Amino acid sequence: MSDILHIENIRKTFPGVIALDDVSFSVAQGEIHTLLGENGAGKSTLMNVLTGLYHPDRGHIRIAGEQIHFTSPRDSLACGIGMVHQHFMLVPAHSVFENILLALDKVPNFYSRKTYQAKIQKLIDEFDLDLDLDTPVWKLSIGAQQWIELIKLLMRDCQLLILDEPTAVLTPQESERLFNVLRKLRKQGKSIIFISHKMREVMEVSDRVTILKKGRSIATRTRGDFDESILASLMIGKDKIPQWQKTLQMSDEIVLDIQKLSVRNDRGLSDLDAFNLQLKKGEILGIAGVAGNGQKALAEVLTGLKNTNQGRILAGQKDITNSNARYSYIAGIAHIPEDRKTIGIAPDMSVDENLIMKSFKSGSFRNWIFQNKRAIRRNAEEKIEQFAIKSGPDGTPLRYLSGGNIQKVIIARELSEHPAVLVALYPTRGLDIGSAGYVHKVIADGADRGMSTILIAEDLDELLKLSDRIAVMFRGQLVGYVDPRKTTREEIGLMMSGETPGDSA
Amino acid sequence: MLEILLDATVRAGTPILFATLGAIINERAGIINLGIEGLMLIGALAGFSATYFSGSLLVGVVAAFCVTFIAGSFHALITVQLRGNQIVSGLALTMFGVGVTALFGKGMVGLTIVGFERVAIPGLSQIPIIGKAFFNQDMLIYFSFLLVFLVWFFFYRTRWGLGVRSVGENPAAADTCGFSVSLYRFFAVTVGSGFVGIGGAYLSLASTPMWIENMSAGRGWIAVALVIFAGWSSQRAMLGAYLFGGITAMQLRFQAMGTTISAHILQMLPYFFTILVLVISTHRLQKGASQQPEGLGLPYDREDRK
Amino acid sequence: MKLVIERREISSALLRFSAPVASIGIALFVAGFLLLASGVSPLAAYREIIIEALGSVYGLSETLVKTTPLIFAGLGVSLAFRMQIWNIGAEGQIYVGAMGATWVALFSGIQNHWMMMVAMFFAAFFCGGLWAGVAGFLRARWQVNEVIVTLLMNYIAILWVDYLIYGPWKDPKGFNFPLTAQFSDTARLAEYFNTRMHSGFFLALFCALVLYLFIERTVWGYEIKVIGSNQKAAQYAGMNTGLAIFFVLFLSGAIAGIAGFSEVAGLQHRLQHGISPGYGYTAIIIAWLAKRSAIGVVIVSFLMGVLLVGGDSLQLLWQLPVAFVYAFQGLILFFLLASDFFIIYRVKLIKGGAHA
Repeated sequence: MSDILHIENIRKTFPGVIALDDVSFSVAQGEIHTLLGENGAGKSTLMNVLTGLYHPDRGHIRIAGEQIHFTSPRDSLACGIGMVHQHFMLVPAHSVFENILLALDKVPNFYSRKTYQAKIQKLIDEFDLDLDLDTPVWKLSIGAQQWIELIKLLMRDCQLLILDEPTAVLTPQESERLFNVLRKLRKQGKSIIFISHKMREVMEVSDRVTILKKGRSIATRTRGDFDESILASLMIGKDKIPQWQKTLQMSDEIVLDIQKLSVRNDRGLSDLDAFNLQLKKGEILGIAGVAGNGQKALAEVLTGLKNTNQGRILAGQKDITNSNARYSYIAGIAHIPEDRKTIGIAPDMSVDENLIMKSFKSGSFRNWIFQNKRAIRRNAEEKIEQFAIKSGPDGTPLRYLSGGNIQKVIIARELSEHPAVLVALYPTRGLDIGSAGYVHKVIADGADRGMSTILIAEDLDELLKLSDRIAVMFRGQLVGYVDPRKTTREEIGLMMSGETPGDSA
Repeated sequence: MLEILLDATVRAGTPILFATLGAIINERAGIINLGIEGLMLIGALAGFSATYFSGSLLVGVVAAFCVTFIAGSFHALITVQLRGNQIVSGLALTMFGVGVTALFGKGMVGLTIVGFERVAIPGLSQIPIIGKAFFNQDMLIYFSFLLVFLVWFFFYRTRWGLGVRSVGENPAAADTCGFSVSLYRFFAVTVGSGFVGIGGAYLSLASTPMWIENMSAGRGWIAVALVIFAGWSSQRAMLGAYLFGGITAMQLRFQAMGTTISAHILQMLPYFFTILVLVISTHRLQKGASQQPEGLGLPYDREDRK
Repeated sequence: MKLVIERREISSALLRFSAPVASIGIALFVAGFLLLASGVSPLAAYREIIIEALGSVYGLSETLVKTTPLIFAGLGVSLAFRMQIWNIGAEGQIYVGAMGATWVALFSGIQNHWMMMVAMFFAAFFCGGLWAGVAGFLRARWQVNEVIVTLLMNYIAILWVDYLIYGPWKDPKGFNFPLTAQFSDTARLAEYFNTRMHSGFFLALFCALVLYLFIERTVWGYEIKVIGSNQKAAQYAGMNTGLAIFFVLFLSGAIAGIAGFSEVAGLQHRLQHGISPGYGYTAIIIAWLAKRSAIGVVIVSFLMGVLLVGGDSLQLLWQLPVAFVYAFQGLILFFLLASDFFIIYRVKLIKGGAHA
């Protein structure tokens, strides 16, 4: 097999960080080549270089032996390279047809709708997909949106397809279907770069695996030459992972009882639809579900960012649904938000100032109407020490900190009031293994002290490892609970696509 | 009576219609343009002086388009290529427009030209009530009808239009599909500005065929507000522009009838109604599916890591 | 070959200081061509501006007279900027502030000078505040675009003042000119050195100090900064962002409104058309140039004061329209925005093309 792509000594820096440092690897025609690495290892950056979005500081890209310089995605597309990005590159307001048409090459300015609709429909039929061309994309499930991304590349007849963590938004069953399609494409002679950090999938589909670590390509292994433990040790190396032990706390006291909760979003669709959930004292309740099935709305309602349309939230015996009591109770609910940088922090302000964001009005941080700068500083020194935050020089705006350290600032702030309940939404997303381990440790330690946690995550392994119980969500409803020690991935997977345990038996 | 009022409505609404269409083209590509007021003045002066010196109205309109195209390219350069703040840049454009037209227009004050004259369309202009208002008008008004259709056709039936809408909604998506975000945005801003300029020229070539300092009198700002009312659609822009034309026409009619209400109070009406309409349409926007381009107001930096 | 744009790791202090200075320089240069085109020698014009505004005690006092309303309005606009709120309506707020102060001066019947001053001050404060507060309320309650609302309200404010001075408030002894009656001495601020300079200037400096302390030292200032940095984060931290938006726009308009008080009580001693020749718009540039600092507002206001005094004399000498100053200000803003780009980014040439 001939190599379709050669990457040599690529280096890319961003202000303050070396994202890629001397990365080399190659992809042969008709192979599925996996890029494996933990978050922050540089996988996405490398692919953005390859698709012409980022311009490398150094290094060469060769396609079919010829050296290439990409200055824009257009150049990369012209070479037959296409990518399904982790954050989809779709226009939500446009129809499926318009989104695919946008990706097509050589469409005349005055195009014929009919011709192109027929062409696209043909491909949709070939892969047996259920997509209506006139539906606006925002109405579709995330899984369906991913198929659109794939169709965009196939319509362009890309020879090298890059898929960045495509299974993060799929149930195990849907993932299996995707893998079958990928194998079919390989048979047609296309090359695929598959990006993942889930060992199981890597084992299943890869012909070769290249391991990235801290911006460097440290090894490439061919099928037969690797197993899960070899890959894991290569990927993690000598990194220290904070250790923790969890003692099972199964108190029967219910701290939070959510009954038939319904929430509508701005577009009038139901985010939560008669959703029920019971949280016990001291437990870690994992919530499994494909992203976009109401998890975000659940977290927002619990933390007072959104109002309910129907249903009740009881804390003990007290109804706190939409009363003012809810807001005072919210103080007892800590929240690690989904999107750290866009809702968790004030990026232009210092660590000191960010740490008091929830308690700036309390007497300890002010004298009359003036802020007590000395107390604020002292608080920051304590927290920086306690949570081992690498904060840079005093007064550094938070935006310049790494993702892991930003997350630590948020956690330090949220836990400083000793909350009864912690709502953690994808708390380890985008963190390296060390930082993710730290987050797990904080949650487990909290449980030991009697704090209850609602842990919303997309990685089943993370949920299985940490949770005392797992609740599965689908289209804003509770499908059911499973015991992480007894369940299987397949069972959870079926529930994630809406089948109750009884149906599947 | 109704016929006369309707006729005055269309004539008063046309400059606002051009300006709103121009602003829609800007905003569809994701660029807020608060320079509309300044662009209208520049268009008005350019159109008037070109017509005065050449004796041709067509030359005037083309000059208005070209000069505002160039003026708009300042805004485009700063907001698109240099990723500057769109609001400040637009305000700068308006200030520049007000100042520079006052400076260069000083010598044109008091001069006159022969403005656009009415051309009745045989048959259609005989329709009772609406015939006179819509089909016994000048060529620029007929052009504005055509433009409403062309803008719609461009956005929904051509690939370029799809590109413009996409860079406004999600520039990263358009970029990865091989569309040049900066190119599409640049031309949306400049061409849009050109049409705003024609709106300005309507004031100095048709409404009152002369140059008066600051003659746009806030119409540009009304157009900016109407974009929201119109939900970024050219057909609704027509409705909005005539709504305001109607209010202006009625206010003038009141004054002509010699009412006891102060002229100053009557002149407030269009501004007051604009705010009212803005409140209502924003409120509606929040309830239903939003038509506002999602990338509106945000500069696109390909390497910006989110 | 192709141009590639890269974010700088750090932008040097030198660059950050020199870029705005350079942009004003380039704006002067380009404005020179506008002057040439209207038949005026730019060098002579610029020399005239400097001499008129700074070359004599009288010139300097006139510059401070113009600086005074600019500081108030600039502080108001920059306060809103701190929260990413755009108050483009300082012009209208000056007018309604002046109207409020005038109402007290003409119709309240207060005899005591200090009481009169305090009453006029607060009348202007609340009129300006409520005027901007309308936009604040609409923005907070329904997310109505405050740029358009504040701006359109300028037109309404000016027409309203016109209505008053052409109608109900017209001085009966004024030979039918659109002016109100002159204020009595009770309703006038102190003047100094036989010039038109008045104590409003010191009030403006005091305001700048108070606002600085408010933003940098108080709990509310902290809240404003958090909301300005990230509104969603502020909501998530439990702050009432809607109330804060209303409050900040109110305060922003109130401070601009004080400019109206200072103008009628210190300078004009009556309400008339053109009480502000666009101070409210100049304030936007001042706030943008001063970035985040109250002291910056004072300094930039002085620079703009020089420009306005100079602009007046250009009008007298060469019959240039006053609005010429706007063109100049627009140019400054353009080049300032352009210079920001070169502070943040670096441009370099690379080899390009898919098949190089």
